[in-house]
Amino acid sequence: MSEYIIKNGIVYDPKTGVKGEVKDICIKDGKIADKVSSKAKSIDAKGKTVMAGAVEIHSHVAGPKVNEGRNFRPEDKLFSYKPGGKNTRMAGGFSIPTTFKTGYEYAKMGYTTVMEAAMPPLYARHVHEEIKDTPIIDQGAFPVFGNNWFVFEYLKNNEMDNVMAYISWLLKTTKGYAIKIVNPGGSEAWGWGENCTTIHDPVPYFDITPAEIMKGLLTANEKMGLPHSIHVHTNNLGNPGNYKDTLDTFKLAEGVKPNNKFGREQVFHHTHVQFHSYGGDSWANFESKAKEIMDYVNANKNMTIDLGCVTLDETTTMTADGPFEHHLTTLNHLKWANVDVELETSSGIVPYVYDPRVKVCAIQWAIGLELGLYTKDPMRSFITTDHPNAGPFIRYPRIFKWLMSDKSRQEMLKSFKYSDKVIAATNLASMDREITFYELAQMTRAGPAKALGLTDMCGGLAPGMDADVVVYNIDENKIKDPEEIEKAFGTASQVFKSGTLVVDKGEVVSNGNKRTLWVDAKVPTNSQVERDVQMKFLKYYSVNLNNYEVSDHYVANPYVIEVEN
Amino acid sequence: MSKTITDVVCPFCGTLCDDLIVTTDDDGKKILGVDNACAIGAEKFVHSSDHSHRVTRPRKMQEDGSFKEITYEEAIEHTATILAKAKKPLMYGWSSTSCEADSVGHEIAELCGGIVDNTAAVCHGTTLIAVQNVGIPSCTLGEVKNRADRIIFWGCNPAHAHPRHMSRYSIFPRGYFTGKGAKQRKIIVVDPRPTDTSTLADVHLQVEQGYDYELLQALRAAIRGEPLVGDVIAGVPKETVYEAAEILKSGRFGVIFFGMGVTQSLGKDHNIDAAICLTKDLNDYTKFSIVAMRGHFNVTGSGQVLGWQFGFPYAVDLSRGFARYNPGETGAIEVLKRQEADAVFVLGSDPGAHFPMRCVKEIARLPSVAIDPHITPTTEICDVHVPVAFVGVEVGGNCYRMDNVPIEARKVVEPPEGMMSDYQFLSAVLDRVKELKAN
Repeated sequence: MSEYIIKNGIVYDPKTGVKGEVKDICIKDGKIADKVSSKAKSIDAKGKTVMAGAVEIHSHVAGPKVNEGRNFRPEDKLFSYKPGGKNTRMAGGFSIPTTFKTGYEYAKMGYTTVMEAAMPPLYARHVHEEIKDTPIIDQGAFPVFGNNWFVFEYLKNNEMDNVMAYISWLLKTTKGYAIKIVNPGGSEAWGWGENCTTIHDPVPYFDITPAEIMKGLLTANEKMGLPHSIHVHTNNLGNPGNYKDTLDTFKLAEGVKPNNKFGREQVFHHTHVQFHSYGGDSWANFESKAKEIMDYVNANKNMTIDLGCVTLDETTTMTADGPFEHHLTTLNHLKWANVDVELETSSGIVPYVYDPRVKVCAIQWAIGLELGLYTKDPMRSFITTDHPNAGPFIRYPRIFKWLMSDKSRQEMLKSFKYSDKVIAATNLASMDREITFYELAQMTRAGPAKALGLTDMCGGLAPGMDADVVVYNIDENKIKDPEEIEKAFGTASQVFKSGTLVVDKGEVVSNGNKRTLWVDAKVPTNSQVERDVQMKFLKYYSVNLNNYEVSDHYVANPYVIEVEN
Repeated sequence: MSKTITDVVCPFCGTLCDDLIVTTDDDGKKILGVDNACAIGAEKFVHSSDHSHRVTRPRKMQEDGSFKEITYEEAIEHTATILAKAKKPLMYGWSSTSCEADSVGHEIAELCGGIVDNTAAVCHGTTLIAVQNVGIPSCTLGEVKNRADRIIFWGCNPAHAHPRHMSRYSIFPRGYFTGKGAKQRKIIVVDPRPTDTSTLADVHLQVEQGYDYELLQALRAAIRGEPLVGDVIAGVPKETVYEAAEILKSGRFGVIFFGMGVTQSLGKDHNIDAAICLTKDLNDYTKFSIVAMRGHFNVTGSGQVLGWQFGFPYAVDLSRGFARYNPGETGAIEVLKRQEADAVFVLGSDPGAHFPMRCVKEIARLPSVAIDPHITPTTEICDVHVPVAFVGVEVGGNCYRMDNVPIEARKVVEPPEGMMSDYQFLSAVLDRVKELKAN
């Protein structure tokens, strides 16, 4: 494998504590090295920023709902197609790009690891087929557990050993990475057209509450010592006044300490918090509660969040929160796709236009940024758009710009049609904090990698780590115009993925050697769970148990993280 | 000693039953019996293992119309050459093969600027258009089994076309919330004719041929309690429409299954538009889903792979260097009618038997290749016929059920010696196309 030396770059690496020092970064045998031989190819990074490859903790880029989004929105492909090249396939799509485009666009921005945030287990093979066709980036997928009948019944009976055995089995069967929870109980209730809007609403027929589901899975996760914590999208997403439900959810983790060998310090990750930080009791008095939310997050070190920033684009919302999407289609009257998945989950898709001329959308935009700016520990707050829900991932550089430049934010605030109302309903106008490059590296690299339990592998530039390295053509101290931020982070000069140069001067030059990350969590064999699984497949599933597992050949270049209990 | 293989997936229809038990002889070459399958599925297995009537090597048509055996290498060269030379080859079919094979075919199409279309062109393509207009509230078939107490079969006849659908998922099974099985379910069949499915119905809405749209809209109005004009609507008495609407509203979980009787009859995508809107309306009162009764065992998979690779489910034109989708213009039938394609490649379908005669003549006129385990009307008019192993019998691979659930088909017996699979053949063609394009 080629050796490289990236010379004289301005390096930001929270993993090693390097804050904008001019340094050389060496790459050898796919890893970061202390030194390289004289044969190493040299990259001149003078005056440029060098960071580790970025790590995406929450995105919807592969699987049944993503593909339904593609297939039912031909309009999303308008004006976005690019022909194939020497190293690339033809690729298109804006909010729901094709698999090829997903790989290319993430790589061009310097992202090298991307997690698919919701995998319905019954559709796991589909998720992996798409992951296989997504070039360059390492990927993992989170199977959904929060509406699973096995989980309901074991937790209801306080059978923690059985919960853990089932989690272990499902992760292995679906080649999944972590425990994802979406609208716990509510998505099952949607099987009857109902919902659980607070964490104490009972799930119809299952005699359990969302709070009990989340607490139970949290406990199981820590007992098993999985690399990532539970990854939660809680109840009552998207409704005015829901910040109280969000705080109720946060409190479930109080006093719980992490147990794992992966360097993770949180026991609870709450995703796309922007959608969960709403005050008021109607759209008329809708307002930001980002401060209340972040006050709690800042004070509780055993949790992490990601932002879910609204980018003010036309996009395609998609989630395993089936009742929410039905609610959304009744709000905006746009087309609605829904799939309820037997024994496991539901899901929905609705296109959405975040129009800056609409007061609510502009307030949502402000809330996402406020969450980022209120954060006191950038190692625990990560930048996402919940792609494509609050906006497409290709807008990340724009969000960086807004977070890093007070000027760009104030200009936006002033440009809104209902500017005064937006300013009154939010705190953004009074916030002059500007996220630094070092903090950006924390929020997009070191932080998410640590939260995912990958801190020794990616998200940093310490010798021995994977050589995922990015060179951006920007110098933090010489920025004259905020637009330079968006431009530089949108098209990296060079991107190395596991030591392979995949992007050079903004163009894809290699498809790299992408990997699929999954977690093999070993627990003692449990004959009751084995029997239960057989019985439920026989009686209630529509596929046979022996046709459920994702065979190894569907998993592209697997990287298995083994966990011993 | 015979061998028994369980959990076998049936490669016939979109129901994709995965509980078949196949018995083979000791050396795994001949199928002795198939349990659990419907008559059609069982016949597919048994028939495929009888090699005596199989074409096992590629054949090339001679000037006099007869066929002469050629080698696979010659067939690969022929296929790669006509595709590489063509400016706009039509690559049609893809519904009776695995997603892995589809994927390789798409790469060839991309390199050659082809048009990729699947059998939705003459089946549920109208459904896909309607979904693009209004979406689709749907569910997996296990949800139907466990929850559904209201079932509509509209323009379909599963008793014949999807023979195990009713027993596995929709009418008879006892699920978690449907412990009484069929006794707990109300069945409505909408069909102009009495069928074996309609005999099971609580209500048979014998719609007048071509008036599905009117009946769908009448049901939407009736559900809202609005007055219906006229005593008979679309051939159905007004009272019966109200009765059907009440049955639908009073259920706790309902499903509409619909087939080609409504996708390809007068109104086409507009019918499905209305059916989906009816489903959406019903969600204001209860829980309702709608599921297309897909035909070929992996037509759904073809649409899925096209979706994640190019963003569109069928009728994808790659000839301009970017994917273009405009059904009515970029579909197989339109392209053939306009004499726009300059070569034809068919795999996993039989347009010779199902396309309009004008299109069939056009396939016969053009340089063409048909890949198919059988001799079909299509293979008889193409320049070269390449027989391949049966997917789901002699080779495995991923397939998608009508509810988009992916199930991996299993290999149960060896193909005749020396036969290639779709995937192998396409991979060899891809390699050769790359060489030809490089020169």
